[in-house]
Amino acid sequence: MANLKISNITKRFGSLTANDDISLRVDEGEVVALLGENGAGKTTLMNILFGHYVADEGNIEIDGERLVPGSTDAAIKAGLGMVHQHFTLAENMSVLENIMLGTESLWSLKSTVGRSRRKLENLSKEYSLQVNPDAGISELSVGERQRVEILKVLYRGAKILILDEPTAVLTPAETGQLLENLKMMVTSGMSIIFISHKLHEVLEISDRVSVLRHGAMVGEIATKDADKAILAEMMVGRKVTRPKAEKLEPGASIVELKNITVTGAGKAADLLNDISLEIRQNEIVAIAGVAGNGQRELAELLSGLRSWDKGEFRYKGEIVSRANASEFLRMGFGRIPEDRHHTGTVGEMSVWENLVSENLRQDPYWKFGKFIDFDANRKKAAELIKQFDIRCSSMETPARLLSGGNMQKLILARTLTADPNFVLANQPVRGLDEGAIAFVHEQLLAARTKGAGILLISEDLDEIFSIADRVCVIYHGRISQLLEVRKTNIQQIGAMMGGDMKAVA
Amino acid sequence: MQIEPRENISPWRVVFAPITAILVAFVLCAFLIAWTGEAILESYGHLFKGAFGSRFALSETLNRATPLIFTGLAAAVAFRAKFWNIGAEGQLYFGALAATILGTGAITLPPLLMVPFLFIAGAIAGGLALLGPVFLKTTLKVDEVVTTLLLNFVILLFVNYLLEGPLKDPMSLGWPQAAAIIDEGVLPELMQRTRLHIGFIVALGASLFVWAFLRYTIWGYEIRAVGANPNGARFSGISINRTVFIVAMLSGGLAGMAGIAETAGTKGYLTLDLSPGFGYSGIAVAMLANLNPLGVVISAIFLAGIYVGADSMSRAVNIPTYIADVLVALSVLSVLVSLLFVQFKVRWR
Repeated sequence: MANLKISNITKRFGSLTANDDISLRVDEGEVVALLGENGAGKTTLMNILFGHYVADEGNIEIDGERLVPGSTDAAIKAGLGMVHQHFTLAENMSVLENIMLGTESLWSLKSTVGRSRRKLENLSKEYSLQVNPDAGISELSVGERQRVEILKVLYRGAKILILDEPTAVLTPAETGQLLENLKMMVTSGMSIIFISHKLHEVLEISDRVSVLRHGAMVGEIATKDADKAILAEMMVGRKVTRPKAEKLEPGASIVELKNITVTGAGKAADLLNDISLEIRQNEIVAIAGVAGNGQRELAELLSGLRSWDKGEFRYKGEIVSRANASEFLRMGFGRIPEDRHHTGTVGEMSVWENLVSENLRQDPYWKFGKFIDFDANRKKAAELIKQFDIRCSSMETPARLLSGGNMQKLILARTLTADPNFVLANQPVRGLDEGAIAFVHEQLLAARTKGAGILLISEDLDEIFSIADRVCVIYHGRISQLLEVRKTNIQQIGAMMGGDMKAVA
Repeated sequence: MQIEPRENISPWRVVFAPITAILVAFVLCAFLIAWTGEAILESYGHLFKGAFGSRFALSETLNRATPLIFTGLAAAVAFRAKFWNIGAEGQLYFGALAATILGTGAITLPPLLMVPFLFIAGAIAGGLALLGPVFLKTTLKVDEVVTTLLLNFVILLFVNYLLEGPLKDPMSLGWPQAAAIIDEGVLPELMQRTRLHIGFIVALGASLFVWAFLRYTIWGYEIRAVGANPNGARFSGISINRTVFIVAMLSGGLAGMAGIAETAGTKGYLTLDLSPGFGYSGIAVAMLANLNPLGVVISAIFLAGIYVGADSMSRAVNIPTYIADVLVALSVLSVLVSLLFVQFKVRWR
């Protein structure tokens, strides 16, 4: 088994210092959590460790031996194994094939399938990571896929496991299972670097927490001496409290769905099945659920991008006859999409152009209805950039160069400046750091106070329980009854997310 | 080797990268010239002189550049919206057909009206040629690369039929060619006793128009948004189908105007060899200009210069004119590679 010593790593990209004199030690059988906001330098450090980048200064030792910089091969040989946030599995191949992919020599004529199968079975027994070697990846759940990723790394003989945001895609139950598995591996001598910004998981699993901020190591603390508040403050550099929803009396109905059904293509199951939902003024209704249970379809429907096959859609009591994004925007819908890069912005276009993209053809941004009024648009953009604190070198910067948090601020600014009556917020804080999360929540709560009805789609129960008024669970395209957030708890909703709708009290 | 994106792109790099790339293309091509046994610098000297060395050479180059500017703009505007119109060749012939049908005596207007009338008719005809592909794309999601490309051959065969039949000029002594454009419709010459005609000025105007259209209008904004990220564009309420339609009409219209320039300008009547592949070369022109409408003018003149210069080079020294195609292909490839260096930096270690 192994220990890892990272000494004085510095990495610069042009004028930006991504890693500034970072040192980190991981002993055998130890779990070190690496905590930090987006852009704090966690990924850069791990990329240096894994040989994707070469550090400008500093060196890395494993078991006292210097690791060859810039060689992924050397890193793997030295016993490092990385489980990426986004899985790197071939969907059309089986578990065993995926594990053998890239590990077995191409120059051997003899098939090693039998030997590999035995090795995999032994590993999966040893660490109680159960998988069926012959199952196709496409049949597996997200949790199972992650197990395959971990097995793949173990198969290559990793002794130091790096997990990058491993729980981002898991249900609470799957997260629990993963943490159990990790604890078990540690007892057999494995070392783990656990990258996350979910504080409660870090507190549960790690022995030590190292915190990065702006590329520098700002502190190290034994987990037993830490709590959420301490960690959050270390991470952000100041006290951050996530805002709580104050009590408000809900007003008139804004959006009402009655028995909405969206049928799947061909014989596939309905994508949305008999959804009935009402969102009123001054309230936040949350939809909890594991990704892929119909959230995307529901979000597209409420964004005006998808039509429905059955049911009734009412906005302020009036029937909405068809989906039409620009019409929805004119009626007062605001939408925060799930995917900032893919749908929320046009990355090649400038910040100001993105800020006005939903106001096309609306006064006063357009001269004679057809020409862009550069002055009016730039003035408006400057206001929004200031008001929402969007950090960019200039408003002419292409939007793709913004960090995740700033990109989300851009979308928030565009959405909320129109004073929408209804806001669809689909995973509004996914991948954001504590400071940005607090900002997004403040803005959503402010819109709620102003009278908007908000539908929050989220996988993050902490988020739902801190700002939502009512909550329901979506599962296989159906939704549960709405529950008052005050009258339920995380365990109950978590069970419902796994499909146990009977957990409804 | 590591490739990292650049944080800020200096304008110098944007200008010098393509110039360096084209020099590289010339150096690579020099190997082929050396292979034929001719002197490299002397051959290139003939090429340059043949393209730009005299009043006549320059007029020939600009004349050749005129249809290339139109088809280059047609490709540039379409590719900006990721609408892959490979059918400029067919649209060019549709424009030429419009010139022939309307401009050989069916309608007679004073020259001041007749010339603009022909250009408008050609643009409309070019746009019409794209209606089918647009309809198939927006309703049935049929890939426009296939439909526009194949339509080229359909249109060419259709023109062939017309020239052998209904549109055949009885005075042509049996040649498959249409009647000449009437004098009122012939594009006035720009330089005396050369083939350079007013179409070149119209092409320059078209490039300014396309540039301003993309930059200053809502449609231009929508075209750029749809091209850069169709999902994002759709999300902000832009109708993809409407944008595709506008782009297609613009692109087809520009290609159709190339047909007018050739029939009513350079040649005077429609034949089946009216275009030596201007529609396809337009794609190279657009790529060379990195889809910039103003850059299209420069790259069209550059390409035209190579073609015209290669003709005179082949007359002076023993190098076949095919060298022009090689030079153009190498230039496009090396410019595309150079654009990579503009956006990314490569570190060797």
